[in-house]
Amino acid sequence: MEGDIAEMGKFIGAGLATIGLGGAGIGVGHIAGNFLAGALRNPSAAPGQMANLFVGIAFAEALGIFSFLIALLLLFAV
Amino acid sequence: MSGEAETSGLNIHPMDQFIVKPLFGGDTINWYTPTNVTLWMGLALLAVIALLVLGTSRRSIIPSRLQSIGELLYGFIHNMVEEVTGHDGVKYFPYIMTIFMFVLLANVLGLIPMSFSTTSHFAVTGVLAMLVFLSVTLLGFAKQGIGFLGMFWVSSAPLVLRPILALIEIISYFVRPLSHSIRLGGNLMAGHAVIKVFAGFAGALGVASVVPIAAIAAIYGLELLVAVVQAYVFTILTCVYLRDAVGGAHH
Repeated sequence: MEGDIAEMGKFIGAGLATIGLGGAGIGVGHIAGNFLAGALRNPSAAPGQMANLFVGIAFAEALGIFSFLIALLLLFAV
Repeated sequence: MSGEAETSGLNIHPMDQFIVKPLFGGDTINWYTPTNVTLWMGLALLAVIALLVLGTSRRSIIPSRLQSIGELLYGFIHNMVEEVTGHDGVKYFPYIMTIFMFVLLANVLGLIPMSFSTTSHFAVTGVLAMLVFLSVTLLGFAKQGIGFLGMFWVSSAPLVLRPILALIEIISYFVRPLSHSIRLGGNLMAGHAVIKVFAGFAGALGVASVVPIAAIAAIYGLELLVAVVQAYVFTILTCVYLRDAVGGAHH
């Protein structure tokens, strides 16, 4: 019985951890949207900022991937 | 991970594709045992050699298809290193090019159906990220001496805030290899698992399985994009970290 409750908590925790991915979605969307807004105002400067765009997306995404990692750890390592 | 799926209607094992198996039978895996990871890493290495060495072996003014792909990749990464790390960083271009080619080819080879994507394992990406972290740290101390620690002391902030900022900077510095490796491995693992889950739906739905198969085709295209973009991101972050070490941040 005790094991069942622990199992249940594991799955609930993994599900809750994936909420963090929504934050990564908001962050990445924000960066991409603002990049597009800036790029349409000054298209000639846009190609030079592609590297910054990808670095920004990567940093925002890393925190979402952490929550994905926590979900995986709860499912397979606890 | 195992055992639950037999009782449910759907028979989906999305994580089974990541199991490391010995190539020639047997159960025990020692450090010298050739496994499917060894095989696909070796194939990625062979693909890099085939693309870059064979592609440029018969050089001509009008490049062949393979040669122009090689030249394109070389020029792209060289520009990126020069742009991000500055003039001092170009010396380290061979290392960055090696990382990029290996990660790119390992990602793309992993997308072949029934193949094994080595870069979806945190052990593989972790070693790549650890090597970058250690070499950047050692290089920073070799180049700038103790002044490398000045990176943590944000001199543009007010004096009261500096110790707090220094603490945050130090934590974020040591979390770098973790985020660097998890980003690549997590993206690929998630993508492959999603494809496998949809493949499980296709088996269970009968005639209606056209829908999940179409979805798999669409996700496969997305995964091809992710494979290339993540190789690019892994490389550009290596360049960003390297910029701190060579002191390109000062100008």
